[in-house]
Formats: sequence, C-alpha cells, structure tokens
Amino acid sequence: MDIKALQSMEVLVDSVWTPAVASTQAADVDGLFYFIYWSCIFLGILVVAPMLWFLVKYRVKNFSRKAYSQRDHGVLIETLWSVLPFFYLVVLFVWGLRGFLNLYIAPPDAMEMRITGQKWFWEISYPEDDVAVSGQGVEFVVPVDTNIKLIIIAEDVLHSFFIPNFRVKMDAVPGRYTTLWFNANKEGLYPVLCTEYCGKDHSNMLAKVRVVKQEEFRAWIEKTQAASNSLPPVALGEKLYGSKGCNACHSIDGSRLVGPSFKGLYGRDEKLADGSTVKVDDAYMRESILNPAAKIVESYQNLMTPYQGKLKEREIVGLIEYIKTLK
Amino acid sequence: MSDNHDVDYLRASTGIKSWLLTIDHKRLGLMYLASVLFFFLIGGIFAILVRTELFTHTETIMSAQQYNQAFTMHGVIMVFLVIIPSIPAALGNFVLPLQLGAKDVAFPKLNLLSYYIYVTGSLFAVYSMVSGAVDTGWTFYTPYSSQSSQAVVSMTLAAFILGFSSILTGMNFMTTVHKMRAPGMTWFNMPLFIWGIYATALIQILATPVLAITLLLIIVERTLGVGIFDPTLGGDPVLFQHFFWFYSHPAVYIMILPGMAIMSDLIAAFSQKRVFGYSFVAFSSLSIALISFLVWGHHLFVSGQSALAGAIFSFLTMLVAIPSGVKIFNWVATLYKGAINLATPMLYALMFIFLFTIGGLTGLFLGVLSVDIHLHDTYFVVAHFHYVMMGSTIMAFIGGIYYWWPKMTGKMYKESLGATGAILVFIGFNVTFFTQFFMGSQGMPRRYYNYLEQFEFYHQISTIGSYILALGLFVALWSLIDSLRNGEKAPQNPWNASTLEWTVCTTPPIEHNFHETPHVTTGPYDFGIEEGYSD
Repeated sequence: MDIKALQSMEVLVDSVWTPAVASTQAADVDGLFYFIYWSCIFLGILVVAPMLWFLVKYRVKNFSRKAYSQRDHGVLIETLWSVLPFFYLVVLFVWGLRGFLNLYIAPPDAMEMRITGQKWFWEISYPEDDVAVSGQGVEFVVPVDTNIKLIIIAEDVLHSFFIPNFRVKMDAVPGRYTTLWFNANKEGLYPVLCTEYCGKDHSNMLAKVRVVKQEEFRAWIEKTQAASNSLPPVALGEKLYGSKGCNACHSIDGSRLVGPSFKGLYGRDEKLADGSTVKVDDAYMRESILNPAAKIVESYQNLMTPYQGKLKEREIVGLIEYIKTLK
Repeated sequence: MSDNHDVDYLRASTGIKSWLLTIDHKRLGLMYLASVLFFFLIGGIFAILVRTELFTHTETIMSAQQYNQAFTMHGVIMVFLVIIPSIPAALGNFVLPLQLGAKDVAFPKLNLLSYYIYVTGSLFAVYSMVSGAVDTGWTFYTPYSSQSSQAVVSMTLAAFILGFSSILTGMNFMTTVHKMRAPGMTWFNMPLFIWGIYATALIQILATPVLAITLLLIIVERTLGVGIFDPTLGGDPVLFQHFFWFYSHPAVYIMILPGMAIMSDLIAAFSQKRVFGYSFVAFSSLSIALISFLVWGHHLFVSGQSALAGAIFSFLTMLVAIPSGVKIFNWVATLYKGAINLATPMLYALMFIFLFTIGGLTGLFLGVLSVDIHLHDTYFVVAHFHYVMMGSTIMAFIGGIYYWWPKMTGKMYKESLGATGAILVFIGFNVTFFTQFFMGSQGMPRRYYNYLEQFEFYHQISTIGSYILALGLFVALWSLIDSLRNGEKAPQNPWNASTLEWTVCTTPPIEHNFHETPHVTTGPYDFGIEEGYSD
C-alpha cells in the first residue's frame, strides 16, 4: 500500500476556513458558520478590548495605591449581559436546527446507495445496478445535481463517513442503519474521510467521490459491471486483495503486518497457536477466509473479520488462485 | 525553635511517615500537587511525542500502533490523573479550610484515603501503560474497546478507582462547606473560590457513579462475555456513548468550574477590588453545574440519535453559554477602576480570560447543529477543548499555584522568571492550537496518524508551537523550584489579598491553621478605596 499516494488526494479549499462548497446544503451551513464567525469576532472584541484598556489605564506597581471604586453591582448592565445573549443564542439554535433538518431528512425521490464501513476501507454499492466498489482509497462515482441517499452500516467497529466539501457526516454503527443525503452540484473529485477512530489504519480509511454528468455516471456503472463479471480468477483475486481490504493486514512481499504474509504461503506447513501444524491447501485457505478464528497461526492474534456470506464462490476461488501465484 | 504551637505545618513534624500518613489537609494538598505535576509531565511527554509524529504527513518517529497508544495515554493521563484532581484535590485541599476559617476538612482520615485511592488508580494506569498499552482513545468507545487489547481492562479499572477518589473528595468538601465555616462566614461571605469548588463537588458526587457503572459494564462485557455494548453479542454501541457522556460532559465542568473558581479570587486580589456581581458569579457556577447534566447528547449529533433529541441537546447546550458569559463579563467589569498589578498569577488570570473567551465562543460553532455536523471529530474540536481544558483550566491552575505558592512554601518566586514563563506559554499555546482551528474547519479529522499532505503546513506550525509551549512550562517549573532554594522569605500577605488564608492565617500556616477560631465580620473582598474617591 503506497501511503504517500493515498494521502495525496486533496480537499478542495478556497479559504482558510471551511472548504469549497460542492453540495446544495453546504451553502446554508457556511452561511451560519460565517454568521457565528463574525459575531464571535465582535463578542471577542467586546471582552478583550475593555480588558486591555483597563490594564493600561489602571495598572499599578507593587500595590502602590488602592482602587478608584469598589462598586460591585449594576442592575442594568447585569440584566443586559444575562438576557441579551439568550436572544442571540435562539437565533443560532433555530438557524442550526433548520439546516440540520435539511441535512437529516432525505427527499423521497433520492437515489439510494449502500455504504459499509469495515476495518479499514469503505464498500460502496449501487443496489439498483448490482454494482459495488471497495478498498482503501477507492474511487466511486455519483451523478451531479441528483439527490442521493446513503444507507450506512459498519461491519465491525464504529466508523464515520465524512465528505468535507459536501458538509455531510454520519457514523457507521454496527447493527444499525444510519442515513445521510446530499446533492452534489459541482463536478469534481472530493475526498471521503473516516472520522470515527477505528484502530491502526483509521487514517488510511479514505475514499474519493467523483461527481460527473448523468451520462458519464451511466457509462461508469456499465463499465464497472462488465469488469467485475469478466475477469479471470487470478486477476479477480488480485483485485479483491485490494478492494476487500486484505492488503491492510497481509503483505505480498513477506513483511510481517497484523496477519501472516501471503508470500510463499501456499503449500507451506503452518504452526498454529494450539501447537498443532497444518498444511496450507485450498481447504485451509477457504476456511481461514470464511472463518478465520478456526485456526490461528502461532504468534498472531484473532483479529480478522469472518468473510462468511460476503464473497461469491468465484471470488473465493479467485483469492486462492491469486495467493497460489505469490511464491 | 519556638514553642511547638507556633511552628509552621511544614516543620511541625518530621520524617517520611509524618508525610505519608498525614491527615493534615495542607500536606495532602502538597502531595496531590506533586503527584499531579508528575503526571502532567508524563502526559506532556506523550503530547510532545504525538505532535512530533505529526510533523510529517506519514511516519515520522513511530508506528501507527504506537501513535494510537500515545494519544490515548496523553488523553487518559491528562483527564483522569491531571485535570480532574488538579485544582480541587491539590489547591482545593490546601486552600478551602483556610478560606473557611476551619482547622481541617470535615473528614481528615477520609481525605487521606482519597489520596491513596488516587495513588492506587494511577498505579493501575501505569500498569496498563507498561503491560501493552491501550489504544482506544480516552473515550473507550465500544465496540472497539470490547475487542482491543486486554490492557483496556486495567485502564478502565484505573479510571473506575480514580472516580472513587473524586467522589470522596467531593463529599468531604461539601460537608466541610456546610459544617465547618467559621462564625460569621455566611454563604455570601465565602470567597468565590469556595463557591466554584462547591459546585464542582456537587457534580463529582452525582456524575462520577455513572462513569463507574459504565466502566464496570465494559469490564463485565470483556471478561464475562455479557452483551451490553458489543453488537456481536447483542449489545448497543451507542448506549455506551450515552453512558459515557452522561458522566464525561459533566466532567468537563468538573474540570472548568475550579478554574473559574480560582479566577474570581485572582482578579479580585490583583485589581484590589470587590468582584463585580458576586451573587451572579456564585449562582452561575451552580447553574453551570445543573445544566451540565443535561447536555451530554451534543456529543452524539452524528451517532444516529433522533433529530428531536439532537434539537433538545443543542438548545440546552447553548444555555451553558449564558452563565459562562456572565462570568467573563463580571471579571472584566471587576478590572474597571481597579488597582491592577500584573504579577505572574494575574498574567495567568488574564490569559485565562483571553483563552477561555476563544474556547467558549468556538463552542458555539459546535453547539449549533448544522455546523457541528461538519466540524464534529475534526481538529476544530481538538482546538476548542484544548482552549477550554488546557488554555483555561491549566492556566488557572498554574496561576493558582503561583498565587498560593508563598502560602504553601513560605518562599517568593522571581517575578522575571515567572513572567518569562507565562509569555512563552501564551505564545506557544496559541501557535499550537489556533492553527488547529484552520485545519479542522477545512476537514482534517482528529486521531489521524497519516493525513492528507495538504495539511502538513498547519501541522508543522502546530508542532513548533508545542515546543515553545513546553519550553514555557519548564521555565515556569524552574521558577518554582528555584524559589525553594533561592527565594526570598514570603511576607504575611504579599498580594494584599483580603481572604482569611492571607489576612489571619500565618505564612506558611501553623499545623492547625489558626491560633484561635477567626470571627468573620467583613465580606470576602473587602479592599479599601483611594482617597478622594467614593463608591
């Protein structure tokens, strides 16, 4: 995995504050952001300016004199600074709530997509077209000016799906569906970041969303469909090695990661944690993919997610054939 | 040596046992102070390691696993071993009975027990550091924490034990305030420091048991396999977040209220003025304490909680801004027409006003629902809570240490060293954390080991700032250590302060604080007025 290449994608930025606007909801969020921003500058000056002025004006050395006044209350001013902030806060609250409901409630005509978070990559699927893409740094495509609703779930631990340029974010929770929606109104390529801490490769759990015209989107869907049906086993296995996240824990060059390397694995005798030995053949590999806890190799931990029910027979064969080639 | 009756508490008895088994609140305060400063150093080392790793956008000095452990240790140590006990347990223990005109706290032996519970808890924390470090973040979110390394059990056990120390200390202080006030020390004659510590004790007693329950449930889940939070066992991970923040948001106020408490005393003493709006400041502490129980859901705006819950929590969260604002305005108003002395404690107090204003105002961005969706779990949040936790609480803590240092040790520190440290801390702090507001609003997520190359510039500035901050803190520490050897003998009341610990009690205090019980006839901030002026 080339981390430098992965981390070279860019959030499109046009100021030092919130990034460039690329969805219909982002403008309202930014409007409120800048309203708070300017009012905070005003309020900050309201506190700091008198403070500095008093420091200059009333400074003494070594308690050389007493205070000019011991006045300790003022009904009007105390009422003002206790009550006025309330009205300001109500404005912020109502504006924020309106924007939130707009982010929360997807329009009924929205196109549905499924997002699954798993250590440490995203799988994005288009149920209407039976297409899915996945992997660290995976690029997926959505049509411009279209309402899109994402139905999100996590496979193992909490993750969070965040697209800075769209101002949307939602946690992926195991065992529960969450949703978010957006309408991307500017063509381009935007990073997707995981924002809920999920372990070792949390910061590599990135993806990219490409916003394109409707025709280009259809063309991409068809191309992706065709590609996933026509690959020969070894090429399919090589692709799945990246897209199913195997590469996060298993190297192909013999180096030790979270799990054993695939290099030279096939045909070898593996020593297991319970002291027994097993020969790595097709049956062992199939079992270790679908139910990894069954046989744990000595000196490794039981950390891998079971792939039972998540791979088609063709895909299991592809992975085994691919691993066989890694001598 | 004069009659034993007049000997100060430091020399009243000697030998290691006279310290380890002491039930003198002043000695216990110093022992807490030493322990807290020790862990502040350890937590600070982890902070510097984290910032150094982030100097480049890929690996710099450690692996991803080590980085995750480093920021977890930084968070756990700073929250549970430093900030929560810092002001209440160290300075509160020392000052509270003195300010009330009491001989000791209500339950001196319980006080000693609290200290050893704290030590036990910290030993568990150290054990889990050494025995295969925790990597869950200080929030221990499930299901990650249910599946991560075994050290999670000893670490949560540490937080569980530390919670009891916190509960007992809170209970002790509350009883002391109710029962041990000197004659004439009415509720509204109490210094505002006491009001703040009292409000803190209220939260400690009511909220900490919930943390204990939650951490115990994690341990039960991990060791017995009962499904509570882990979905693979039929549990609900979001339930954990509710439990955790039900404690941890009030805990944020356990951390900030004592800072505010110190502030009122410092501002009064160093402007030689009565605190403006005494009762507003006192009751704002209590109202912050009460509201703090009702805002936990603002940590869950993107966790899949309902929109209605989100709306209610957002509204209640904003209400906290009102009493916090009231305090700030009252402090600034206190300076008006005062006689302002810029000694080191006051420099930290002014820093507090500036940094807390930024910390508080940036909280508005996060309390507002739609904007929080974008900023949640980014560096904007990291910067915000460092402005509040470190920029406010720790600055007040350091200001308080300088303020009461002559009382504790009988020695004066050098002003020039103290001021140099303060200025370096101020510059370092802002360079480190203000930069993070930019990154955060541009979308840089927190807890990232590698990060997008475009953020490298901001991270490098932030890292350089953290070195300046560390240097400033070492200068501050040096000024205190230096005073022990070379410091001048402290006068009875170096700040011309007006509260009992300075006016009646000797410097340093005798073992039983007062020769005879003081009778209080004036308010807490009774300063004179310049001739020729009235009102």
